[in-house]
Amino acid sequence: MSDLKTQIIAQLNLQDVKPEDIGDDQPLFIEGLGLDSIDALELIVLLQQNYKIKLSNADEGPKVFYSVRTMAEYITAHQAQKV
Amino acid sequence: MPEDIYITASCIISNNAVYKNEKAVFENKQADLPAFLLSAYRHFEIKYPKFYKMDNLSKLGWLANEILLADNFSKEKYRPEDTGVVLSNASSSLDTDMKYYETAKDIASPALFVYTLPNIVMGEICIRHGFKGENAFFIFEQFDADFIKQYVSNLINNNILQACVCGWVELLDDKYKTALFLIEKGEGGKATLFTKENLNKIYQLENG
Repeated sequence: MSDLKTQIIAQLNLQDVKPEDIGDDQPLFIEGLGLDSIDALELIVLLQQNYKIKLSNADEGPKVFYSVRTMAEYITAHQAQKV
Repeated sequence: MPEDIYITASCIISNNAVYKNEKAVFENKQADLPAFLLSAYRHFEIKYPKFYKMDNLSKLGWLANEILLADNFSKEKYRPEDTGVVLSNASSSLDTDMKYYETAKDIASPALFVYTLPNIVMGEICIRHGFKGENAFFIFEQFDADFIKQYVSNLINNNILQACVCGWVELLDDKYKTALFLIEKGEGGKATLFTKENLNKIYQLENG
């Protein structure tokens, strides 16, 4: 999950944030890291660019991007499907 | 008879130097534009994480506005809808448009896309300070002090605004210049009268 945190920081240009500042289960939006709707789109781009995963169902977004852990679980599940 | 209108503060950013009220307050000659803007942001000890996400045009205008208003603007004096922003430049958002075009060849960047309009810089300023007054962004070949003077005076004399941030925020490739002015009425004292000549004099400050 450390790599994913580093990728999130780079993708969203969070220059004041270090990977260790982001808790595995900390909410990414609103009360957590304070990300906004444009950041959500950038996270979709991150999945596509780094993991070749396309988020096909927009309704899944809030669940997938709730925290670093939920993102990591989503990535792991999709990578397992590809094997 | 309309009250006199004054330039109560100014901020120029050009040639890797920052001038506040006609005095040099910061310079970093060795940096490219993004590094210069970041060094100025840190020098003035501003804390606003959204700054990092802005495109260079918004960083330039937003930073100039922060320096312009620091110690010179009393937000409590005005209702949110009393303060407006009137800006201008020559290259619109072309600098970011071209960067966005490059990303669109692969996966288009949503974060860049939202800056592909020049007036976004005004939105960033208004969000930061809660301004809800008149907004306008004009494209001219060069800084037109006469137009800015006429347009902003009209807004203030007709009580549409009580205060206005106005001026020039230009950026294309590595060429840039911003000149922002805080305009208020009835300040008097040592404040500079809001005239075309005074706008031009301050605008040309860094040329000596």
